[in-house]
Amino acid sequence: MILDFSVIWDSLPLYFGGVLVTLKLLAIALVVGLAAAIPLALMRVSRQPAINFPAWLYTYVIRGTPMLVQLFLVYYGLAQFTLVRESLLWPYLSNATFCACLAFAINTSAYTAEILAGSLKATPHGEIEAARAMGMSHARLYRRILLPSALRRALPQYSNEVIMMLHTTSLASIVTLIDITGAARTVSSQYYLPFEAFITAGVFYLCLTFILVRLFKLAERRWLAYLAPRAS
Amino acid sequence: MYKLEVQDLHKRYGDHEVLKGVSLAAKAGDVISIIGSSGSGKSTFLRCINLLEQPHAGSILLNGEALKLKPGKHGALKAADERQLQRMRSRLSMVFQHFNLWSHMSALENVIEAPVHVLGVPKKEALEKAEHYLAKVGVAHRKDAYPAHMSGGEQQRVAIARALAVEPEVMLFDEPTSALDPELVGDVLKVMQDLAGEGRTMLVVTHEMGFAREVSSQLVFLHKGLVEERGNPREVLANPQSERLKQFLSGSLK
Repeated sequence: MILDFSVIWDSLPLYFGGVLVTLKLLAIALVVGLAAAIPLALMRVSRQPAINFPAWLYTYVIRGTPMLVQLFLVYYGLAQFTLVRESLLWPYLSNATFCACLAFAINTSAYTAEILAGSLKATPHGEIEAARAMGMSHARLYRRILLPSALRRALPQYSNEVIMMLHTTSLASIVTLIDITGAARTVSSQYYLPFEAFITAGVFYLCLTFILVRLFKLAERRWLAYLAPRAS
Repeated sequence: MYKLEVQDLHKRYGDHEVLKGVSLAAKAGDVISIIGSSGSGKSTFLRCINLLEQPHAGSILLNGEALKLKPGKHGALKAADERQLQRMRSRLSMVFQHFNLWSHMSALENVIEAPVHVLGVPKKEALEKAEHYLAKVGVAHRKDAYPAHMSGGEQQRVAIARALAVEPEVMLFDEPTSALDPELVGDVLKVMQDLAGEGRTMLVVTHEMGFAREVSSQLVFLHKGLVEERGNPREVLANPQSERLKQFLSGSLK
């Protein structure tokens, strides 16, 4: 077996372009997803069915269907309707990057909302009681005690979600985007060297994953110090 | 005028009546110890005062101002005016059996939280006060430690500093030494004794008979949701009138 990496060397610029696209998709999906996940998580811990149920249904449907199906629905499915094609949103919805970001953000918001809701529910009851006894209002209790503590405790699980999301962005290559996987597909079909093309893509994903894991370790050291064993 | 007045408090869980009409009045500087066996309703009584539990009847007055109550679900009373409740709660600070410090904040952050975010004290001023109170309860050297990294005695003293930092009218102590091992109990009791000596108004639910006798100005013995006996702690403890209190003391006081 002889591997031909000279072709890969020549297509590195294409891969680096792919890295930028992958990171852009990931960043937008995570920022939008997290912003949506916080209110969703607050709804999920509500005791009022009218508030809880819509959020439950949302996370249930999104987590219950494959990412690829969601992406196809957004990118191909919506285009089927004249109403959508004639709407003001069409310039956006006909754009592959926009559709991919939207689909990924919707997907990660559901998973992140469940992670956060679990973390909120695990807040020690005594800490909530202490805040109420101090005269905190409901809103302040959430802003000062519940959310800061839940967001921190959710970090380890959230880091998993981020890494899963990084790998999920590879689906963007199916809707014509040249991310890392897209670059590999291009190289593969141009030179018919699928092994070299995809192993290179794999190495890029590994490096990105490694960087993300390190970043989350640093974040945990910074924000989860209170759960760490005492430094002696 | 009384600092804190509680009149005819009733509380039940389902059909079980925990408080059957308990009243209490504290003047400025009073230290009232509330004793009684488990299930006598003493913690519930304390927790009804700041509405952590909803009483079914009765009234609560702080500095003569009555807490406005209205019937909620299941017949229990709830605050009619959330803002008034929050304001009154911030004047009544509570120290819990299990400390209940906010685990993601350092000792210092725990102490400045309520002054800054409930009372609106400028942060710089709150920090100075916090350092002062932490030093006063003897845990200044632990100000940057997280609760999980402190001993129980240190945590409880930080919790007391946190309660002091809002400069409350009345302090409520809910079995503050029950979760501590015997060696650490003394540190916390000493701090409480100093507070009593400063003329702070305190309500203390406790099993520490020594503290009740030496430090408090009034003793209340609760039994099955009623005040069985009350009065000067030395007299009551030396010469209990009711059968119940005699029984209770024979097991605990030497």
